[in-house]
Amino acid sequence: MRIQTRYLVAIFSLLAFAYFYSRDGLVTTSVVYTAIQFALPLALAAMVGVMCERTGVVNIGIEGTMLISAFSAFFIGAIVQDTVIGLVTGIATGMVVGLLLALMSVSWKMDQIIAGVIINIMAAGLTSFLYSQNYSIPSTLSPIDIPIIGTWPIIGPIISFHGPITYFGILFIIGLWVALYKTPWGLRSRAVGEHPSSADTAGVSVIKLRYLNVTLAGAVGGLAGSYLALEAVGIFERGFTAGKGFTALAIMIFGRWNPLGAFAAAIFFGLAQAVTNQLMIDEVVQIPQQFINMLPYVLTIAILAISAGKVRPPAAEGIPYEKEKA
Amino acid sequence: MSQLLEIENLTKFFGSVHANDQISLSVAPGEIVALLGENGAGKSTLVKSVFGLVKPDSGTIKVKGKEIPYGDTATAITNGVGMVHQHFQLVPVMTVTENLILGDEPTSTGFIKMRKARKDAEEISERFGLAVNPDAVIEDLPVGMAQRVEILKALRRDVSLLILDEPTAVLTPQETDELLEVLRNLAKKGVGVLFITHKLREVMAVADRVVVLRNGKLVGTTSPKESSEAKLAQMMVGREVVLDVEKDIATPGQAALIVSGMSVLDDRKLEAVKAISFEVKSGEILGIAGVEGNGQRELVEAICGMRNRISGSVRLLGSDLPNLNPKAAHQAGISHIPEDREKHGLVSSYSIAENLVLNRYDEIPFANGWLRNLSAVSDNGAKLVSDFDIRTPSASLPASSLSGGNKQKTVVARELSQDRKVVVAAQPTRGVDVGSIEFIHKQLIAARDKGAAILLVSAELDEVLSLSDRIAVIYGGKIVATFNSKSADRAEIGRLMAGSQA
Repeated sequence: MRIQTRYLVAIFSLLAFAYFYSRDGLVTTSVVYTAIQFALPLALAAMVGVMCERTGVVNIGIEGTMLISAFSAFFIGAIVQDTVIGLVTGIATGMVVGLLLALMSVSWKMDQIIAGVIINIMAAGLTSFLYSQNYSIPSTLSPIDIPIIGTWPIIGPIISFHGPITYFGILFIIGLWVALYKTPWGLRSRAVGEHPSSADTAGVSVIKLRYLNVTLAGAVGGLAGSYLALEAVGIFERGFTAGKGFTALAIMIFGRWNPLGAFAAAIFFGLAQAVTNQLMIDEVVQIPQQFINMLPYVLTIAILAISAGKVRPPAAEGIPYEKEKA
Repeated sequence: MSQLLEIENLTKFFGSVHANDQISLSVAPGEIVALLGENGAGKSTLVKSVFGLVKPDSGTIKVKGKEIPYGDTATAITNGVGMVHQHFQLVPVMTVTENLILGDEPTSTGFIKMRKARKDAEEISERFGLAVNPDAVIEDLPVGMAQRVEILKALRRDVSLLILDEPTAVLTPQETDELLEVLRNLAKKGVGVLFITHKLREVMAVADRVVVLRNGKLVGTTSPKESSEAKLAQMMVGREVVLDVEKDIATPGQAALIVSGMSVLDDRKLEAVKAISFEVKSGEILGIAGVEGNGQRELVEAICGMRNRISGSVRLLGSDLPNLNPKAAHQAGISHIPEDREKHGLVSSYSIAENLVLNRYDEIPFANGWLRNLSAVSDNGAKLVSDFDIRTPSASLPASSLSGGNKQKTVVARELSQDRKVVVAAQPTRGVDVGSIEFIHKQLIAARDKGAAILLVSAELDEVLSLSDRIAVIYGGKIVATFNSKSADRAEIGRLMAGSQA
């Protein structure tokens, strides 16, 4: 059933694309281009969720990870006046937050929802307390014009001229899929998320692997935050991430904890938003801006309602691993 | 060093409990050693220490003469120790091949060589005569098959010492016999086998040497030739045990419990009980034999009002029992000994006395209108603790302070202390030591002799055979055959339990 709906959505999207392209090629390709920009932070944030939950750690602190990373990426970048150093700082910040989550949920065996909430509250508090105006980064990360493909019709204007994080992010998502399903790391990670004691008895350290994955996932969250601050908009505001870290969880579930599935779901989100924006600009529809801003949240609720009960999360998700039992 | 495994003075505490006290034992290549003991005797702790899943407090573990560090599974594995766990250590959503290679994957340039892994899996299952489909997903396999995967997982890593923790607990008699044959073959190939069990029959059948543990201490080493089932049981429990249940011939009265055309769904909303019909007469024990997961749990829960019946009826002495109403089932005269005492039998933070009136707290004399009568509750508690030999300093202690066997006796005391018309006993002696088993069996027989109709559901075929007056075999949610216990043939029932046609 589920697979069929997906194919229907894909076919419908392609038909719609063809129709609009025949009406106005330039606008249509630019809508898809924008959709990728909307989708990327969601997709990367969803990868944070995939990496954590596949090893059995629930991460609802993605929002906070992105927010605090965006903050440090932006302000460090602005202070030293170097966007690349900002990017490195953002990623490192994400790693530290990931390590903190691992410490709380793996070592201290805290309730993982509470651990995530702590990260979110801490991030919101710190970033608004330390926030100050009058800072700016020298420039956003500059877009890359892909040779040859950039000149192709249709595909060129969609694929070319994105920023470096976008390209790296897409490659990372594909790489994560390959790693999760084709390498020992992936097999072990999935085993740890499903049935940790099996992995343990096979000589795989559950604790080490969870630490590794949650920390690496933090780095990816840092990348997503840095993308927003350094590549997409080039500013930082209070509450800047606007719930993207939570939407990402819905995307992860919709994509069934599969990197490519989540990527497709993120693109779907991005498209929905880009199309609505374009309709607004063209004044095809007259909706108050507030309703447009609601769109990701409404979609999130709708998707969670549809997927509820039909998807199966990793079985050991949210349960701290206890090695010794009498 | 001719010994494969040498354990010297191994000691382990869990809190203040002495799980292992100065235990020393050895296993030679090609030898099958049975580790026998009651629940809580420390068998699992001992083997888990060898495999690095539990860190002992002191003592040495040597494998092939080499001392191995505490709590290090990976080292244990590389030194040729393999373990088949009581609870399968298999990832349910993965395939047989994936489970086999987990932790030791064949790779080239960082990627898993799945085709080679699959071929290796086929090769090894052929070499040891353990046929499995390498592409099957674990959760779709029957338990006997899943266990083969567990054994193959150990064999794949070239084990020289194979440890099995209660491997036969979940198997049908046929599967058990096959497993014992596999163990014999492995021993012939020079593998040392250390297996845990509390089933004396298996020990007698296959072991070269028997090591008996009691309360964390090693109480003796013997061999099946020098010993007998009765002697082994005595070593395990520390006193003489009557293994055979003594009972008079039943004098059944009228049909007390009539189940007709009842269908029940399981948690996954699949039909687990398929239009089952049977009756239990007053003063008889009907035993339901079957491998776990063939609808027994759903059957019991539906009768006791804990699970929805999608069709059919349950009649108790001529009147219909309402659906999904445990209180009504209780009031109509059904006693229920649930299979999971922790989940459905006891509130572990309540006192033992409270637990003993858990289903009667609002009845006279334990309540007077809306006020409870706590002195009646504690009097009742003290009386039942002594009548049912529940080992505790006081009935006012929380139920969580009891050992497994005494918890079970508490449930049995509550359910059998009243004169009941029907007793539904699900796995009444699961995880209970031999001494308590004997006691609980006597109580069930006593209830029968007082005229109760008893429905006994047990995964232990021996229990069903020795207690029941009639035996029904359940397979795939249906009763496939019914026997008079005198005419029942163990092998025949075993075959039916495994799904072969009568």
